[in-house]
Amino acid sequence: MKERDYRQYKGVWALGEVRDGEIHPVSFELLAWGRGLADKLSVDLSIVIIGSHIKDKVKELIPRGADKVYVIDHPALEHFRIDPFSAILTTMVEEYKPEILIASATSMGRTIMPVMAVKLDAGLTADCTGLDIDLEERLLIQTRPAVGGNIMATIKTPVLRPQMSTVRPKSKRPLPVDHSRKGEILVKEFSGEFLTSRVKRLAFIREEAIGAPIQDAEYIVAFGKGLKDSKHVELMKELAQVFNGSLGASRNATDLGWISYSHQVGLSGKTVSPRLYIAAGISGAVQHLAGMSSAEIIIAINSDPDANIFGVADYGIVGDLFEVIPLLIKKLKEKAKEA
Amino acid sequence: MKIVVLVKQVPATDNVKMDEETGTMIRDGIESEVNPLDLYAIEEAVRIKERIGEGVEINVLSMGPKKAVEAVRSAIAIGCDKGYLLSDRKFAGSDTWVTAYALSTGITKLVSGFDLILCGERATDGETGQVGPEVGAYLGLPALTYVSKIEEIGNGKIIAHRAVEGGHEVVESPLPVLVSVVKEINTPRMPNFSGKMKAKKIEIPLLTAEDIGADEERLGLQGSPTRVVKIFRPQVARKGKIVSTAGDPDGAVSGLVDFLTEKTII
Repeated sequence: MKERDYRQYKGVWALGEVRDGEIHPVSFELLAWGRGLADKLSVDLSIVIIGSHIKDKVKELIPRGADKVYVIDHPALEHFRIDPFSAILTTMVEEYKPEILIASATSMGRTIMPVMAVKLDAGLTADCTGLDIDLEERLLIQTRPAVGGNIMATIKTPVLRPQMSTVRPKSKRPLPVDHSRKGEILVKEFSGEFLTSRVKRLAFIREEAIGAPIQDAEYIVAFGKGLKDSKHVELMKELAQVFNGSLGASRNATDLGWISYSHQVGLSGKTVSPRLYIAAGISGAVQHLAGMSSAEIIIAINSDPDANIFGVADYGIVGDLFEVIPLLIKKLKEKAKEA
Repeated sequence: MKIVVLVKQVPATDNVKMDEETGTMIRDGIESEVNPLDLYAIEEAVRIKERIGEGVEINVLSMGPKKAVEAVRSAIAIGCDKGYLLSDRKFAGSDTWVTAYALSTGITKLVSGFDLILCGERATDGETGQVGPEVGAYLGLPALTYVSKIEEIGNGKIIAHRAVEGGHEVVESPLPVLVSVVKEINTPRMPNFSGKMKAKKIEIPLLTAEDIGADEERLGLQGSPTRVVKIFRPQVARKGKIVSTAGDPDGAVSGLVDFLTEKTII
């Protein structure tokens, strides 16, 4: 293990994300988390953005909460690849020594951060849904679900620095844009072996999903085993279309092959935080609840009055979904015509 | 080609009890099973062997208490060739960083010249998904995470699909490589009779920290950078209005439409 003076480590860092040439909103969520931590510690909040042709787009990170934006902009960095991204980030962390480094628990964050933990000899906590500061000890308090959402664990990293976590997407809303905020943009240059990658990206096959990807959807109509047969997915699609929303599903429904895994909501699927979540024929196993309980409005439709899902519902209908959903579609369409 | 499959034994239920003092799971008296997501890694290894045929050797490695040897045997029953279990009190309480250190040290010691390390996306108990990529990093290998399809493997390279946000990324990497797989990749088979018989008879070496030459200061709870300081039950309950369609389905649904209107959803 490397000998280090950990007292030198100061400041909060976030690893932002670029997708399809744009700053991805998970970067704003990280800034919302990081701002709270940095203010408590009275230190700067910095965000690192690695990408291609991104220099002009990073300005928006300052009104979203960043004090410093470190930009590494090179055509070779258009897509996330583990070798160059981890080499660059390791070098920067070793140079600037932040006490905290957070990333989003996306496919990128969950791939790069474990590698960072090994390269930096530092601890890492996965998939946090809560971050706070213990001011007395000046330590990061990391909270995360485990064991199918049955328990929450609070975790600290007492000695090694930086303290690192991945944070579950959609577990916090971005801060409102504040154009009066001041910040600094610092462009860092990397070249040569920093840009090489053993892994080559050959192609990208885009998935044609119904509506927005569920983790970004504002309206989600989700179904479970209670839908009884894949042919009834059409009914749920019809309801989703009324809201211009996306389809979600429980693990049972995806395991039965009624819809692809990309629609699965819950601990082993996606975490969602929409304005509206309609759960039809979903019993509400804790694993499912862990993925959707932060929705603004939850509607449950289930024939079993004792189903768990009613415990988290804002409005629940005990009844046959094959009776309720067509009626609901009809009434919503009538309502839309009136308006 | 030499393949290493990493497996973990997990509680067969989500309803585990926690020791609130130590923040660790009470595993006594709870049935165990192979981490369900590891079955996809085992299956993929066996399929590669079936495809390539002769010359493919599948090694299974696990770390855990002595009874975790059952998980290694389960993998043998499905079609893996050799099994090893790292088991030592000194490993107890290890976080992901330490677990990955021990596993990677074990791999180096036990399987020389491996081409591919396969693992599940994460374990259903700890649910971190960190150990796989960390093992890759300790061994200096590229990590291909979220792999949903292995299109081609052999001649020193692999072409694989990664299930990521918005679609599938097709990547090529030299071997050796670490690959963590997702459920999309295959449908795991059940063990057959001859597999079960083989699993029963095979000798699974148990290895201690000393056997694999691990640095004891880096092991267990004391070697772990992270500490669980508290565990608690999540609270997600809401007190919503619950109505029944009994007698008046129209009224129940109208009530819902009114509620959505009131909340400015529609």
